[in-house]
Amino acid sequence: MFQLIDRRPNSRGKSDVNRARFLRRYKSQIQGAVKKMIGERSLTDMERGGEVRVLRKDISEPTFGFGRGGDREFVLPGNKEYAAGDRIPRPDGGGQGGGRGSEGGDGDAQDEFVFSLSREEFMQIFFDDLELPNLMRTELGQAEKHTSVRAGYAKSGTPANLAVIRTLSQSLARRIALGGGLRREMQDIEAQFKTALAVGHSDEAARLYTELLRLGSRRSRLPFLEEPDLRYRNRVLRPEPISRAAMFCLMDVSASMDEDKKDLAKRFFTLLYLFLTRKYGEVDLVFIRHTDDAEEVDEDTFFHDTRTGGTVVLSALELADEIRRARYGSGWNVYAAQASDGDAFGADPARSARFLRDKLLPNTRYYTYLELSSSGESEHSSSLWSEYGRVAEATRNFAMKRASDRGQIYPVFRELFRKEAVTA
Amino acid sequence: MSAISHGADWDFDLLERYHAAIARVAGEFNLDTYPNQIEIITSEQMLDAYASSGLPLGYPHWSYGKEFIRNEQAYRRGMQGLAYEIVINSDPCIAYLMEENTMTTQALVIAHASYGHNSFFKGNELFRQWTDADAILDYLVFARHYVMECEERHGEAAVEEVIDACHALMPHGVDRYRRPAAPTLKIETARLKAREEHKERSFNDLWRTVPEAPAKPDEDIATIFPGEPQENILYFVEKHSPRLEPWQRELVRIVRKLAQYFYPQAQTKVMNEGWATFWHYTILNRLHEQGLVDDGFMLEFLKSHTNVVAQPAFDSQHYGGINPYALGFSMFSDLKRICESPDAEDREWFPQFAGTDWQKTLDFAMRNFKDESFIAQYLSPRLMREFHLFAIADHADEPTLVVDSIHDEHGYRRLRKLLSQQHAQETRVPDVQIVRYDRDGDRSLTLRHIRRRGRPLTESAAQVVAHLRRLWGFSVRLETWEEDERVGDVIECAA
Repeated sequence: MFQLIDRRPNSRGKSDVNRARFLRRYKSQIQGAVKKMIGERSLTDMERGGEVRVLRKDISEPTFGFGRGGDREFVLPGNKEYAAGDRIPRPDGGGQGGGRGSEGGDGDAQDEFVFSLSREEFMQIFFDDLELPNLMRTELGQAEKHTSVRAGYAKSGTPANLAVIRTLSQSLARRIALGGGLRREMQDIEAQFKTALAVGHSDEAARLYTELLRLGSRRSRLPFLEEPDLRYRNRVLRPEPISRAAMFCLMDVSASMDEDKKDLAKRFFTLLYLFLTRKYGEVDLVFIRHTDDAEEVDEDTFFHDTRTGGTVVLSALELADEIRRARYGSGWNVYAAQASDGDAFGADPARSARFLRDKLLPNTRYYTYLELSSSGESEHSSSLWSEYGRVAEATRNFAMKRASDRGQIYPVFRELFRKEAVTA
Repeated sequence: MSAISHGADWDFDLLERYHAAIARVAGEFNLDTYPNQIEIITSEQMLDAYASSGLPLGYPHWSYGKEFIRNEQAYRRGMQGLAYEIVINSDPCIAYLMEENTMTTQALVIAHASYGHNSFFKGNELFRQWTDADAILDYLVFARHYVMECEERHGEAAVEEVIDACHALMPHGVDRYRRPAAPTLKIETARLKAREEHKERSFNDLWRTVPEAPAKPDEDIATIFPGEPQENILYFVEKHSPRLEPWQRELVRIVRKLAQYFYPQAQTKVMNEGWATFWHYTILNRLHEQGLVDDGFMLEFLKSHTNVVAQPAFDSQHYGGINPYALGFSMFSDLKRICESPDAEDREWFPQFAGTDWQKTLDFAMRNFKDESFIAQYLSPRLMREFHLFAIADHADEPTLVVDSIHDEHGYRRLRKLLSQQHAQETRVPDVQIVRYDRDGDRSLTLRHIRRRGRPLTESAAQVVAHLRRLWGFSVRLETWEEDERVGDVIECAA
């Protein structure tokens, strides 16, 4: 008649499937919202999940309903001073605040549908269909990573890996095979023994009986388990092809890079950093910053230190090449991203471009150059930009873009790393 | 007798003892219920249950995810509390209790859901007629598996497209009147035979000589299909769509069945909640009279109860429409009062039951009405005064709103009629019917919106028509008619 059930241990997250479907269905709207957010966020917040706002009308489910207009009456509670026939000016929103039905007031009036994304979801939408171009698997021979996989059964192994069922079926088969002849022999003798008894040959019967006992004891001496029966679960190490990649981040921190530009550059590298650490677990990152002199720094210094000075682009390129030769010889996928305002002097742009084309590019899979300008000077092209432009025409694994405000960083980043962007 | 327990903590043993006490009292009041099944769940599980309209399991669809996110956000920000309970119209009647509730709340919920709602589900005519309490859970399991199987076979996108379209038409997927059962072969043959016999018996050769009228030139009448306008659009699509694959038809059917299952709930919100609230109030008070619950219990209970039946005024910031709990509870309590101690006004308004046995009167009301008729029948002038009800007329050709009537001598009947209409199906769902399926021509489908008093459809009508076209496979048009005249634009979605 009455049942009391504790459902608390039941699985939670029954709605996860539906939630994921919702996110997938409105991916483009959500992506748009995320794109907008990224310009508004501070650097340190980049990686957090966050609230996403989507226009309610974009995700509404249509039904036939009554619109505004026409004649209607509605009943409301809480009359204080009205008498029949009183006239009341229409409230703004044309009588929307009325009492039609009792379902009102649950926030339908809001224009935006707000919800939070977890960090994972946020990142996934953020870096959806981006990837490192031209990534090559390293050769199998050089693989360092192995996974252990099941590979049938072996006749030797450690006791912990004993496959009991398999062993017992081996044993059973052996015992049937070895005991079969004896069993048939015993059946014959038993039949003879019965006839001997029946006809009264007692000597014969006694002899057959001892024979029977002898065979029986032979049969019982068949061992239950023998060394050859043992089977062990077998595991082998399979070499796993991994791709080893290194990303060089080159940032110009010279005096001409004002705070705004540095902020843009840092945003760009933050995105790059998040992207690489999210998507490719095994990427080596090398941070190089340069003024008139380049130095390798750790990520904290790279993002947060505020050193300034003059500009010699070539110094950074040379340092990058040096490090590449020293640490990332053959078998590495090498990438580089460079951000600068393009202010370089004298022979530096031309020499940098030449160095890039002759030394760096042949050994890198993909090289991106981001030029930063203040919003006013976007049309002005720097000497480095024009020199690099020539390199870009001559090579296929080099891409360059410009950005002048925060909102452009994410689109530019997407463009540089779009899946089909550079498929050499 | 001494109190069953003191304090806020509950355990399973206590729940059983409270349930036993409540069941005994409910028995004394002759509440007829399905067997009860009470399940304890966490608040997360409650949010899950919310998303699927309270059903314990549903087929996967993004709109449930949206609903889940909406509730979750509102709950996280404290904009909305969770219901203490969810109850499912099934046999046995399943009630979900949240683990966070105190003992008092659990007892309140058991009385409210497991005896109030439960007896309503079992007794009310609408539920008896339209829902099949002992089959719904099995059907839900079937529906879920079927939808998932279709997704596997035909892809999620294809299934989603059909279900989206069906959801848009869900309010138009219910039968409001029972279809006659299809005659069995036996009955059909018997009927044919009887007709033949009648013909033979009444045969008169003279009729052959009577000249026949020439065939009517207007043959349109004969070829219009369906013969009568069809208001159950999903049913029509399921049976007649020229394009749907069998699995798609079955999906349409599943959504239609669910719509039909929820149909009585929307029609009886005030009654259902009012009935349940009235009974938790009556039962728990009886327990208190018998000394089974202490004063602390009663204070806590009364606090929750008062929150539930509060009716903010229209100009309050908390106003969210007429609270069905408040209206329903007051009406049932008022009925009881009219039965027990009627005054002159009550005798004038309700001569048929003033001063009779209240239990019988309430039972009759619960069984035979829906919100619309319940209000039209039983709302008393005293309650209209208590609620300070007044009606506003919003007419397109008036520059201002006009107070139509208020809770006074002249206004009572008009007010009651308006409030009753406000709870009618027609006020919520526009009247859209299928008038023509061009079977022999281009297979297009024509819908007619019967507009009343100039109230137009919302703009999303065009999207609904597009959804219907997706189901139908050929062009669909929606005309608007008012008083036998076509008005406004035709929304057409070509094939």
